[in-house]
Amino acid sequence: MATELWPWKADLVIPSETGAGKRVLDDVLEQLAAHDWSEHDVHSVHLALEEALVNAIRHGNRSDPDKRVFISCKISPERLWIQIRDEGAGFKPEDVPDPTDEEHIEIPSGRGIMLMRAFMSRVEYNDVGNCVEMEKQRLAR
Amino acid sequence: MAAHRRLEVSEVGDVTVVRFVDRKILDEASIQELGTELFQLVEQENRGKLVLNFSKVDFLSSAALGKLITLDKKVKARSGKLKLSNIRPEIYEVFAITKLNKLFDIKDDEADALAAF
Repeated sequence: MATELWPWKADLVIPSETGAGKRVLDDVLEQLAAHDWSEHDVHSVHLALEEALVNAIRHGNRSDPDKRVFISCKISPERLWIQIRDEGAGFKPEDVPDPTDEEHIEIPSGRGIMLMRAFMSRVEYNDVGNCVEMEKQRLAR
Repeated sequence: MAAHRRLEVSEVGDVTVVRFVDRKILDEASIQELGTELFQLVEQENRGKLVLNFSKVDFLSSAALGKLITLDKKVKARSGKLKLSNIRPEIYEVFAITKLNKLFDIKDDEADALAAF
């Protein structure tokens, strides 16, 4: 049964404020700890979600108070699945320059997506580029 | 000397040692403030030798990395030197993934950083 696969699920709509994103993040991290995820995994998820929420609120919705961010999240002892959608115009992740290239290394932005990809097991954007779906498989105990 | 809210600033000889007050360098307002205080050390207080001690920090987002990159540029533009120290493994991973461990001079601890000037 689905409830057995995902003991914790949440669907939330938040305003375009980073404070609102933080409350969601705190709930998710609390659930991971409750499901006995390791500190390293919790840190990885924390970083990826922080980056994804900031991207949705600041870059996607441009902090427009009339726009919202839609979040769906599921957590099991083994896996986290999360989808974050904003109401912005979207973007093409492949157009973001590689921040590790020598010519871009001193540019102070553009590292969020790279960190999301490094710290999560899977990161995918929809075609429009306003919705990111991420999964994290916890490390073997 | 200007008052700092996000930083603890001390001097060891002619080197300025900066410790971060916050464990998590996350929200936008704090990061903005942090950037302003860091840049002030270089641009207004003319400090040319800086060690940033990360011993208290256990979380750093990409926006905070951006401030460090800008600081590094400002220090280099004035022929100064910036060193980072006491970075815990989870945070070092962030520097390594983004290859910023190549851009910054990162030392294990403050004594190593001070000895490297």
